[in-house]
Amino acid sequence: MADYIWLIPLFPAVGFIFNGLFGTKISKGAVSWIACLAVFLSFLTSVAIFFEFLQLPADARVFEINVYSWIASGEVSIPLGFRVDALSLVMAMTVSGVAFLIHVYSIGYMEHDPGFKRFFVELNLFVFMMLTLVTGNSLIMMFVGWEGVGLSSYLLIGFWYQKDSASDAGKKAFIVNRIGDFGFLLGIFLLFFTLGSHGVWTLNFGEIHKSAHLLNGNMINLITFLFFVGAMGKSAQIPLYVWLPDAMEGPTPVSSLIHAATMVTAGVYMIARLNFLYSMAPTTMMVVATIGVLTAFFAATIGFAQYDIKKVLAYSTISQLGYMFVAVGVGAYSAGIFHLMTHAFFKGLLFLGAGSIMHAMSGELDMRLMGGLRKKIPVTYWTFFIACLAIAGIPGFSGFFSKDEILWKAFSSPHGHIMIWMLAALTAGMTAFYMFRLFFGVFYGDCRAPEDVKHHIHESPKVMTVPLMILAFLAIAGGYLGIPHVLGGANLFDQFLAPVLGGGHGHAAAAHASAGFSMVSSAWASTAEAGHGGEAALEMTLMAASVVTALIGISIAWLMYVKNTGMPGKFVAAFPGLFKVVNNKYYVDEFYDFVFVRGIMKAGGVLLKVVDIGIIEGIINGVGALLQWIGGGLRKFETGFVQQYAFGMILGAIIVVGYIVFAPLF
Amino acid sequence: MNMTYPLLSVLIFLPLAGAIAVMLLPRNNPSLIKGLTLVWTIVEFALSLPLFFSFDETTAAMQFTESVSWFPELGISYNLGIDGLSMLLVVLSTFLTVICVLASWEAIKDKVKEYFISFLVLETALVGALCALDMVLFYIFWELMLVPMYLLIGVWGGPRRIYAAIKFFLYTMAGSVLMLLAIMALYFHYGAQTGSYTFSLLELYKANLPMGMQYWLFAAFALSFAIKVPMFPFHTWLPDAHTEAPTAGSVILAGVMLKMGTYGFMRFAVPLFPQAALAAAPLISTLAVIGIVYGAVMCIMQSDLKRLIAYSSVSHLGYVMLGLFAFNMQGLEGGIYQMLNHGVSTGGLFLAVGMIYERRHTRMISEFGGLASVMPKFTVFFLIITLSSIALPGTNGFVGEFLILMGAFRNNVTIGVIATSGVVLGAVYMLWMFQRVMYGEIKKEENRKLKDINARETVIFVLIAFFIFFMGLYSQPFFKKMDVSAANYLQFIHARTEAPVSVKVQ
Repeated sequence: MADYIWLIPLFPAVGFIFNGLFGTKISKGAVSWIACLAVFLSFLTSVAIFFEFLQLPADARVFEINVYSWIASGEVSIPLGFRVDALSLVMAMTVSGVAFLIHVYSIGYMEHDPGFKRFFVELNLFVFMMLTLVTGNSLIMMFVGWEGVGLSSYLLIGFWYQKDSASDAGKKAFIVNRIGDFGFLLGIFLLFFTLGSHGVWTLNFGEIHKSAHLLNGNMINLITFLFFVGAMGKSAQIPLYVWLPDAMEGPTPVSSLIHAATMVTAGVYMIARLNFLYSMAPTTMMVVATIGVLTAFFAATIGFAQYDIKKVLAYSTISQLGYMFVAVGVGAYSAGIFHLMTHAFFKGLLFLGAGSIMHAMSGELDMRLMGGLRKKIPVTYWTFFIACLAIAGIPGFSGFFSKDEILWKAFSSPHGHIMIWMLAALTAGMTAFYMFRLFFGVFYGDCRAPEDVKHHIHESPKVMTVPLMILAFLAIAGGYLGIPHVLGGANLFDQFLAPVLGGGHGHAAAAHASAGFSMVSSAWASTAEAGHGGEAALEMTLMAASVVTALIGISIAWLMYVKNTGMPGKFVAAFPGLFKVVNNKYYVDEFYDFVFVRGIMKAGGVLLKVVDIGIIEGIINGVGALLQWIGGGLRKFETGFVQQYAFGMILGAIIVVGYIVFAPLF
Repeated sequence: MNMTYPLLSVLIFLPLAGAIAVMLLPRNNPSLIKGLTLVWTIVEFALSLPLFFSFDETTAAMQFTESVSWFPELGISYNLGIDGLSMLLVVLSTFLTVICVLASWEAIKDKVKEYFISFLVLETALVGALCALDMVLFYIFWELMLVPMYLLIGVWGGPRRIYAAIKFFLYTMAGSVLMLLAIMALYFHYGAQTGSYTFSLLELYKANLPMGMQYWLFAAFALSFAIKVPMFPFHTWLPDAHTEAPTAGSVILAGVMLKMGTYGFMRFAVPLFPQAALAAAPLISTLAVIGIVYGAVMCIMQSDLKRLIAYSSVSHLGYVMLGLFAFNMQGLEGGIYQMLNHGVSTGGLFLAVGMIYERRHTRMISEFGGLASVMPKFTVFFLIITLSSIALPGTNGFVGEFLILMGAFRNNVTIGVIATSGVVLGAVYMLWMFQRVMYGEIKKEENRKLKDINARETVIFVLIAFFIFFMGLYSQPFFKKMDVSAANYLQFIHARTEAPVSVKVQ
C-alpha cells in the first residue's frame, strides 16, 4: 500500500480536474459527492498505510517514491517525489479526515450559494495541495504544496469576489504569505548551496538529514530562521499574522478547514519535518518559542475585545498556533504535532459550530445580537460546548492532554524557560475566558436578535450536524492517543512519531528540568532533582495549576456574561481607551498600511515621475528633439501610404533574398 | 544532423513566400487573406517541429547547418544553424505567430492585406535572426525586423501610434548603428590578426582581442541588445510601443522580439568578448536586479493594462538577464526557460487584455471591475496566466524563476536576495490588477453585457494554458535540449576567461 502514497494527493487532484472541466455539465449533487469521495479515498489510503505501518518495526516505517524528474539543471535535480513516514501519515490522516467532514458539512452549508460547484472545485484543489505539502519528499515539493495552499486560500477567501472586502482579504493573505515565502525561498537556496559546497547537492529531506552534520552552527541558525520566516507567514505568527483575521471573509467551512484545522498549521509541520536541523539551531529555537508564546498571549488579548464570533475564533487560532510553536521551539516536536491534531478537531469543530450558528441566525456574526440559543440549536450547543472545554484544557478533553504536554515541555525542556511557561499558562486561562465569553454570549441569557431573525432560528440539517458530532467525538477522544506517562498512559502518539521526531523517551528530556531554572522556587527545584517521583509530582503540580487557571477563566466569564451581565459594560466604561485600542487590534493593520502600502505607493509615484518620466524620458526626448532638428523632422511621416510601405518592404526583402540566392553564382 | 534539405532556409523564407502570396490575393476578400495566412503559419509551425523532435541532444555543435559562400572576397557567407540555445526560441516564434494570426482575426478590419504581409515578413526576420551564424546575415535580419514592427505599431496602433513607432524605431536604430560599427571593427581586427577576413560567427569566436578593444566592442553590442531587451534604464520605449501596438503586435513584440536582445547577449556579445562580459557582469546583474524591482514598482503605479504588462516585462526580462549573467548552469538554463515562459505568459496576458479591449475599447483598469461575474471562462484562463506570471509552482513561470534565483543567489548572495524580493512585488501588482479588473461588483453598465470568450478565443487560451502547465509540470524535454549546449557554452566562457588575456595594443 505504501508504494501508492502518491494516491493520497492524487484523488483530490482528480476530483479537482474532473469537476473543474466537467462540473458545469453534471448536477450539483454529483459535483459535491465526487469532491467528497475524492477526499474520502485519500483518507482511506492514509488509514490503510497506517495499519500497514503498525505491522512494521518502527524503523521501517518510511516509504519514498520519485515519480519522475521534474526540474534538472546542472547540480539541481528535483524529482516529483513523495515520502510517507509517521509524521506525514499523521498529517495526511488528520488533513484528509477533517477535510472529508468539512466537505460533507459544506454540502449543507453552501446549498443555496450560486457558486456551489466552484466551491467544491476549489476545496478539492486545496486538499490536493495540502496533501502534497505533507507528503512531499523534498523542500521543493513542500514548497509546491505551500504555494498551492496559498493559492487555494486566496481563491476561497475571495470566494464571494463581488465583495471588495473579500477580494481584498484574499489578496492580503496571498501577499503576506509571499513575504514569508521570500524567507522560505532564501532558506532553501542557502541550505542547498551550503550543502553543495560540501559536495552534497540535495533538497530531499532524508538526504539533508544524513548530511546535516556538515553544516556549522551560525549557518544552521540562519537557515532555520529563514524557514521560520516562511512559517510566520503561513501560520500567522507575529509579525505576519495580520492576514488571518481578514481571511474570515471566506465561507465558514473554509475558515474551518484552511484557516483553522489544516493550512495554517503547515509552519508547525515544517519545523517538525526539519526537526533535525532545528535541534542543531538553539538560537532559532529560542526565537521560535519566544515568538510563539508572544503570539499566543498577544492574540488572546485581542480575543477579549472582539464581538464578531469568527474574529474571536480567528485570534484564538493565532493564539493556539503560538502554542504549537512554543512546543516545536522547545524541541517538543511531537507535542506540537499532537496539539496540531487535537486543535484540528476542536477548532475545526468550533468554526463549523460558528457556521451552524450563522446558519441559524440568518448569517449574523455579532455575538451582541445573539444569546439564548442553547435550546433552539441543541446539537450545535452541545458540540460547541465540548469544543470549548477542549480548547480550555479541561481534563478529559483532548486539548487538556496536548496543551499540558506543551506547558510541561516549555517548563522542563532544556530549550524551555520558566517565563515561557508562565506566559503560556496565563494564556491558557485567558483562552478559557474568551472562549466561554463567546460561549455564554451566544448560548445563554436572552436572545438579543431582531424579531425577524428570531423567527427563523433553527437547527442545521443532518448533513451539517453529523460532522459536528463526529468532530465532537474526536475533540474528546483524540486526546487519549497521547495520555502522558505521569497519568499512567503510554503516550502512544509520541511513540508512533518517535522514529521521525526523536523523543519517545519522555523522561529523558525531563531530567534537564531543573537545569537553568534558578527562578523556580527552591522547593520545586529540589523535588525535580529528587528524581523520578519528584519530577512526576512537579508535572502534576503544573498540570493542576493550569487546570485551575482555566477554571478561573471560565468562572470569570460566567460571572461577567451569565451572572452579572452589566459587568463588561462597566469595565469598558472604566477603561475606554484601553478597550478601544484592543478592540482595534492595537492598530497594527493601520501601522502596516501606513508604512508599507502607502510607503511603496509613494516611492513608486516618485520613481515614475522623477526617474522614468523626468530623467530617462527627458534625456531621450532631448536627444530626439535634437535629431529631429537635424533631420528636418520625421513628422512628415503619415499613415496614408501603407500600401507603398508594404510593397517597398517586400521589394526590399526580395532584393535581399535574391542577393542571397544568386550572388554566390557569380 | 546532416539534413539534405535546407530546413532552416525553408523556415526562414516560407513566410516571405506567404507574404508574396497574400500580396497577390484580391484586397476585397479579407477572409481569404486571413485564411491563407493562418494555414501558412500553421504549416510553418508544423515544419518547425522537426527542429524539436529530431534535435540531437548529445552534441553542442550547430545543427541543421547550411553554409553557402556568398561574398567570398569579403568573407560573408550564408551560414545558418541552431543549437540548444536557439532551437526552442525558433519554435516559440513559429508557435506565437500562429497565435497572433488567430488573435488578429477580428481586431484588424483595416488594411487587412498589408497587416498580414507585415506579419509574415516579420516572421522571416525573426526566424532568420535566430538561425543566422554570419554577422552580416544576422545584421540584415536584425534590421529587417524593425520595418514590419514599425508598421504594425505605426499603422494599426492606438491613438499615439506615430509617436510610439518613431520612438521604437529611433531607440533600436541607435543601438543597431553602434553594433554595426562594432561588427566592422571586429571584422577588421580579426582579419588583421589572423589574415582571414570573415564574418563567420563561429570563426570569430576564436578571436582573442586585447582587453581595451573587447570593452569597447562589448559595450557597443551590449548597448544595442540592452535596448532591445529592454534593460533598465533603456526601457522607456517599451511601454509606449506596447500600449500603442495592436494586440498581436504586442504579443510578438513581447514574446519574441525582446528575446532577440537576450539571445543577442548569449549568442554574440558574451562569447565574442568573454573577458569583457565577465568584467561587466556585476554591472549588468545590478542593472538587471534594479530592473526587476523597478519594473515591479512601476507596475503598481500603472492605470493602463498594457502599460502595466509592459513594465512587468521589464521586470521579467530582468530575471532573464540576471540568469544569463550568473554564468552558471541554473542561471543560464533558467534564463533560457524564462525566455520561453515569458513568451507564453506575457503573450497570454496581452492576448487577454486584447480580448477585453476588443469588447470595451479601453485599456484603463478603472473602466473594468467585476468581469468575473459576466465572463467566467475568461476569468479562469486569465487567472491561470496571471499565476504563471507570478511563478506559482506547477506553472512554467516557477521553473524558470526558481532556477534563475538559484543561479543568481549562487553567484552573488546580495543580488540573489534582492531579486528574490521580486516574488513578493510580482504578486502585489499582478493580483491587484486582477482584482481591480475581475473582482468586485460591476460598476460600469457597459460591462454588464460583455460576452464571454468565443470558440476562437478559447482555442487560443487552451493552447497557452496547455504550455503553461506542460512546461510547469514536465520541463525535462526542454532542458534536455539545452543541457549540452548550455554546458558547452559555460565551459567555453570559463576556458576563455581563465586563459591569459592577450596584451596587445590597448
